[in-house]
Amino acid sequence: MRLELKDITKQFPGVLANDRISISADRGEVLGLLGENGAGKTTLMNILSGLYRPDSGEILIDGKARAFSDPAEAIDAGIGMVHQHFQLVPVFDVVAAVALGAESVNGPLGTFDRATARKRIVELSEQYGLHVPPDADIEDLPVGVRQRVEILKALYRKSDILVLDEPSAVLTPAETEELFDIIRELAASGTTVIFITHKLNEVLEVCDRITVLRRGRVAGTAEPKTTTREQLANMMVGRNVELRVVKGPAVPADVVLSLKDVVVRDDRDHIAVKGVSLDVRAGEIVAIAGVQGNGQTELVEAIVGLRTVDSGTMTVDGADITTSTPRQVSDLGVAHIPEDRGRDGLINYMTVSENYILDSYHRAPYSKGVRLDLDAIQAGAKDGVRDFDIRTPSIHTLAGSLSGGNQQKVVVAREFSRPVKLVIAAQPTRGLDVGSIEYIHKRIVEQRDAGAAILIVSTELEEVIAVGDRVAVMFGGNIVGILEGEAATFEAVGMLMGGAQ
Amino acid sequence: MTRLRRILGPAVVPALAVLTAFIVGSVFILITDFDNLQRLGTDPVGAIAGAAGGIIAAYQSLLAGAFGDPAKIAAAIEGGSPRQIAAAIRPITETLVAATPLIFTGLAVAVAFRTSVFNIGVEGQFILGAFGATVALLVLKDLPAPIPLLGAVVGGVITGAVWGFIPGVLKARTGAHEVITTIMLNYVAFQIVLFGLRSDFLRQEGSSQPISKLLDSIARVPGILDPFGLPSIRLHYGFVLALITAAVVSWFLFKTTKGFELRAAGFNLTAAKYAGMSASGSIILAMSISGGLAALGGSMEVLGTVPQMSNDISSGFGFNAIALALLAGNRPLGIVVAALLFGALRTGGGLMQVQTGIPLDLLFFIQALVIMFVAAPDLVRSIWRLGGTRTSTGTVVEGAKA
Repeated sequence: MRLELKDITKQFPGVLANDRISISADRGEVLGLLGENGAGKTTLMNILSGLYRPDSGEILIDGKARAFSDPAEAIDAGIGMVHQHFQLVPVFDVVAAVALGAESVNGPLGTFDRATARKRIVELSEQYGLHVPPDADIEDLPVGVRQRVEILKALYRKSDILVLDEPSAVLTPAETEELFDIIRELAASGTTVIFITHKLNEVLEVCDRITVLRRGRVAGTAEPKTTTREQLANMMVGRNVELRVVKGPAVPADVVLSLKDVVVRDDRDHIAVKGVSLDVRAGEIVAIAGVQGNGQTELVEAIVGLRTVDSGTMTVDGADITTSTPRQVSDLGVAHIPEDRGRDGLINYMTVSENYILDSYHRAPYSKGVRLDLDAIQAGAKDGVRDFDIRTPSIHTLAGSLSGGNQQKVVVAREFSRPVKLVIAAQPTRGLDVGSIEYIHKRIVEQRDAGAAILIVSTELEEVIAVGDRVAVMFGGNIVGILEGEAATFEAVGMLMGGAQ
Repeated sequence: MTRLRRILGPAVVPALAVLTAFIVGSVFILITDFDNLQRLGTDPVGAIAGAAGGIIAAYQSLLAGAFGDPAKIAAAIEGGSPRQIAAAIRPITETLVAATPLIFTGLAVAVAFRTSVFNIGVEGQFILGAFGATVALLVLKDLPAPIPLLGAVVGGVITGAVWGFIPGVLKARTGAHEVITTIMLNYVAFQIVLFGLRSDFLRQEGSSQPISKLLDSIARVPGILDPFGLPSIRLHYGFVLALITAAVVSWFLFKTTKGFELRAAGFNLTAAKYAGMSASGSIILAMSISGGLAALGGSMEVLGTVPQMSNDISSGFGFNAIALALLAGNRPLGIVVAALLFGALRTGGGLMQVQTGIPLDLLFFIQALVIMFVAAPDLVRSIWRLGGTRTSTGTVVEGAKA
């Protein structure tokens, strides 16, 4: 079906989220909707899926104007949403989770006709190459498969228009490739696909046409064949963006972080880190590459004191931190940018200024005996907001209401607000837009040039290669190779990430 | 202006919830007004007028019962005898007396809530605190004043703090859920009190009931209006202490490093751990403070309001406090206001029942409605057509994320 959104406007208190946005997608077309966080992509899709009503403008499906007062009406009109956060019942199996809310029934009592539902699910799964096991429980499925269950859910409800909101955010590179194959398959069979993302490579790879949003407006439309990453990035941000990380050669000095035969267990008590040894020197960036779940998370948690070490030793500047608490590690001048900022790095219901002092509230100048020095806290937070260009209405705004990029800037500003010897940054740019990624990388390189040792953990190949002076690849709990400078190519690192020696 | 809005903003929904509850309450009065309902067929105008009059009369007597009659108070102070003055102002003082334990217990619940610990054991901590104060007072009774009184308060607070510390440690060290442990410890506390009140050391001579000796012959929290020599006015400095405590709790939560830790742990325990705070320390501290605050309320009740310890020293203060903290959004100032409201309902209800024959149960009905409406802010907002963007979780976001 042909989808058209015409002059959609949506005002929130203080924010014009959508300002006369018009987009269109033909039957069987894949439309990329590209924009930074806060550009209005999600608001637009929430309007399309019936969660919000636009202040003005109209939605046309096959030329007919439609208005949705709730998501059920949008689903009836053939619009299927796959949200970034999956909406599946974890304890259900695939058949039940997919059929929930659209169950086929039989008999006078209206019992669930599982056989019919299962048959259709298997058919759809085969038709589009989704490879979903119908009887497995949702909670046992890997993230990539859960996403395919979400797609299946939309297809099961006979959606002709499929909206995917940042679908690759949770996927490994291989899973992303699989997803793209599915999208191509869907489009070939006539489904209209709206693909929301901020990743330039992805829109170029899978979309037929790209509409770029910036600050609630359409900034332009492009065709993948005739456009470049740079052009798209500039359109998205509204200025020239440096996609490469600008940095001079590293000048490694003394060893700051030293790991010797470190063994760490995960939450299920399995050995996740199997004897890792690594030195990180002042003035260099060591990037740990690896697919999620190869022990990186546990290794970082062990270094910063959140996880006990089974055996081995860890030192920072010669001081043993093997059994230190997070505060003792932090007191040595270790900055930690945690992997999941929403869960571990920030307190969403506290203000920007409170988050800014989250790990230094007990030190001068923020504390005076038992008392917090509110004036010093305000002054400090204001400096941080200014120095790190954090876009927030005020320092009293709740951190959870900021965009992802600005939330991460709050975390980075906090961690870099005190003298830093060692930076442990786990997935420092995950889910961020181009402008914020550029900014965070620049700040990390600045810390290196100022003489800090940097350890970055990332699953993004591009980031690892762009930022790292040395790249250590983790696979199955071991460091399987350390590549330096020119040797760290996409191919070489990618092979090691996949387990090749 | 912004400061004013910051203080009043959170009060809009609770205030409207109270108003809505009273309106719904009037429907309750209406449908139980059988005299006027019977007349509806023969004399509709008179029936409606009569019913409306009934509602107005009920709420008028509720107000008078809770706050007194301003004209009478003025007249009594002008030239009345102490007895007349006391009678005129008693409704107000009784409201404050009723609010006092609710302020303490409300604060106790709020401090724990702020740390994301659900202290359902405030009732037990309150009662055990009163018991601890009683024991301490009788032990210290021969020492010179004010040692017995101060010692009793300290003894009470320590008892309650220990009663909060236990479930705190159990949660922090073993993961035992505090809702279960605090409810169970409530029963233990009730039984300890019953058992203790049977001992000759505590029990009133010649009584077979589980009530203690009269304590006011040893020491009593002084009455605020004692200098005026008014008879039978129970208002004592416990109320002032409650207000001071609310201010201290507010200061502690928002202006100290420990308070910052508790709030951080309450909102997001993992982020607090990542920031180097001790999660188990926060839980234990919050529960101990919570228990101590509840016990301070219990001590004031037994040393100020009633002259002796009994097993029904608390008329559900600890449980009402949970609803009260919810109504107040866990804000200390809000708790004082909400406690005054609940106190006024308790005190005013008596007069309403006597004057209009409307049962006291109406007030529990209204109280329950208030809580229900506060728990469903979207309902209140839609009834009163307030703006704000609704999210699927029912929270209202200002300037939603795009």
